[in-house]
Amino acid sequence: MIAIIDYGAGNIFSVKNALDYLGLAGELTSDPEAIRKADALILPGVGAFPSAMQMLHDSGLTNIIQEEAHKKPFLGICLGMQLIFEKGYEFEECNGLGLIPGKVEKIVAPDMVIPHMGWNKLEMQHDCPILRNMPEESYVYFVHSYQAVVPDEYLAAYVEYGPAKIPAMVYDGKTVYGAQFHPEKSGEIGLQILRNFGGLIQ
Amino acid sequence: MLAKRIIPCLDVRNGKVVKGVNFEGIKDVGDPVECAYAYNQQGADEIVFYDITASYEGRGVMLDVVRETAKKVFVPLTVGGGIKTVDDIRETLRAGADKVSVNSQAVQNPQLIKDGADIFGCQCICVGIDAKKVGENQWTVFINGGRVDMHLDLIDWVKQCEQLGAGEICLNSIDTDGVRGGFDLPMLKAVCDAVQIPVIASGGAGKLSDFAEAFLKTGCSAALAASLFHFRELTVQEVKADCRAKGIPMR
Repeated sequence: MIAIIDYGAGNIFSVKNALDYLGLAGELTSDPEAIRKADALILPGVGAFPSAMQMLHDSGLTNIIQEEAHKKPFLGICLGMQLIFEKGYEFEECNGLGLIPGKVEKIVAPDMVIPHMGWNKLEMQHDCPILRNMPEESYVYFVHSYQAVVPDEYLAAYVEYGPAKIPAMVYDGKTVYGAQFHPEKSGEIGLQILRNFGGLIQ
Repeated sequence: MLAKRIIPCLDVRNGKVVKGVNFEGIKDVGDPVECAYAYNQQGADEIVFYDITASYEGRGVMLDVVRETAKKVFVPLTVGGGIKTVDDIRETLRAGADKVSVNSQAVQNPQLIKDGADIFGCQCICVGIDAKKVGENQWTVFINGGRVDMHLDLIDWVKQCEQLGAGEICLNSIDTDGVRGGFDLPMLKAVCDAVQIPVIASGGAGKLSDFAEAFLKTGCSAALAASLFHFRELTVQEVKADCRAKGIPMR
């Protein structure tokens, strides 16, 4: 069972639809017990960093996620990926979950359209189990105005956007994965990434 | 590098596609879910449902269409037509849409853009605009399906939309729509130069090269077409292959 953490932020139904389509058992939940018992976790999210962290705190899930994410496969998606870093700077400085070192800042790309919205091509950096066996031209779907700033060793894949190099997938080498793009909206490639994630379950 | 997007649009009335699509292998050519799936298979980067249902009851039918589509189509879905309030936006997004497109309602009540963007995020508010040339490098905004001239300057309006928090502009030219002589490049260029947010070209695509021309000559991020794809005169693959051959990044 993959627990899709429902804390009030974002389009969680799309993630559930994608898991259903792939035949992977998923459950939308904000129940701490369900999160502890789950085989894997997905943290979705759309919106702003501080309000999402506030919603996580209000749901009483912050500590549980911080513990469980190191015990079993964990995937943060879009804002859910940004929350895994130490700090965010959207509107105000705000502590994140701190699962991976790094911070989240406004995309700096002069003369480029912001938000970074649409399909961009993954450039693979370091080996990452859920990005294995991808086609050479793997486009995935992004919608965001803020980006992670992360030490190179955690960078599994990035995309180029004008002068900016935007982290697309981060991985701590163990259990924590973060996708800045939406695998649930990225066609076949995205489904393959979710299928790979499901395959991590022991 | 960000790919340019090709977006087929399906006009839906009471849960049925207007001008049924003759896709191979589709039993019910009027079923929007089947049509959306077929476009997905062709490589559409996004799918737009435009709801032309007049009645309130029809909205529920449209939401069912979105719900069913979201179970088997895993690219972004946009729903336009009949969205008047924040509650309409909420219902549509909850049904599985990723974005809503607001048009006449936004002109009459610009606050809808701001409220929608504040609550749901800029990325899910697309402002659809119908505009017409009224002078040299001058266009005005029309509403109610292009029937009513609001005497509102297009460039002023797109800048206002951006300030209010619109995530995207879908720009339809009344002059080129249905003429099939290509997109309205001067208007498109003027709008792309006026705002930082992505602009979708709409209205006028009649042949393969029209898409690449819009991407090469203006800063537009995406191009939308309806009947050209409906009647299978062109497929999404063919359009993308032509753009790719001309050096335009495509998924």
